[in-house]
Amino acid sequence: MLTISIYIALVAVAASMIGIVIRVVKGPSTADRVIALDSLGISLIAMTGLFSMLLDSSVFLEVILLLGILAFIGTVAFSKYLEKGAIVDRDRRK
Amino acid sequence: MKKPNDVILQTVTTVISFIIILFSINLFFAGHYTPGGGFIGGLMTAAALVLLLLAYDVKTLNTILPFDYRMMTAAGLLIAVLTGAGALLFNQPFLTHAYDYFNLPLLGETSLHTAVLFDIGVYLVVIGVTMTIIQTIGESE
Repeated sequence: MLTISIYIALVAVAASMIGIVIRVVKGPSTADRVIALDSLGISLIAMTGLFSMLLDSSVFLEVILLLGILAFIGTVAFSKYLEKGAIVDRDRRK
Repeated sequence: MKKPNDVILQTVTTVISFIIILFSINLFFAGHYTPGGGFIGGLMTAAALVLLLLAYDVKTLNTILPFDYRMMTAAGLLIAVLTGAGALLFNQPFLTHAYDYFNLPLLGETSLHTAVLFDIGVYLVVIGVTMTIIQTIGESE
């Protein structure tokens, strides 16, 4: 029973990822694409959690936390690039 | 041009960078029995430092953490080589590791392994190389 619901949830997450990829390809502005890539990362976290339930192992839990941190840092870096044009400032008060 | 206001980003960074550093230390020390190790631990520590670089700037990060990352790379390589060469003192081949069980206060009986010293070298090299690359790219005009 649990296996069947995990399969259904995997199909649902995969369908939502296909929708997000369409938004990445078409998105009129760059901000749309950044948001879509961020939610693609979050969907990947959901996939990892579902697969770790399916394979009945707990060794993927670090991957979940890692993907969350990397998605956050990537989105912050990209939005700072869009805002200021530079990602790392030498001195922000100048 | 109006002054940028990064209050939300900087407040979130001060909270989250500590969590990322704790996670990287956990990954580093758990590497012997669970997924993790020196490489991914070093990359996560470098990610926390990169988050600080994003929220602040190179000058502020050099003020609060005055590390020379090239020296850190050199120190990591030196630690790794010395850990390997230490086995030669006991008439063992190069890079032979040893472990034993010790009764530590607070922790109880713990297995201490010399491979963790080698992993500290890997950790320092990964942080040093990543931060050198990012700071060098960020500082060029």
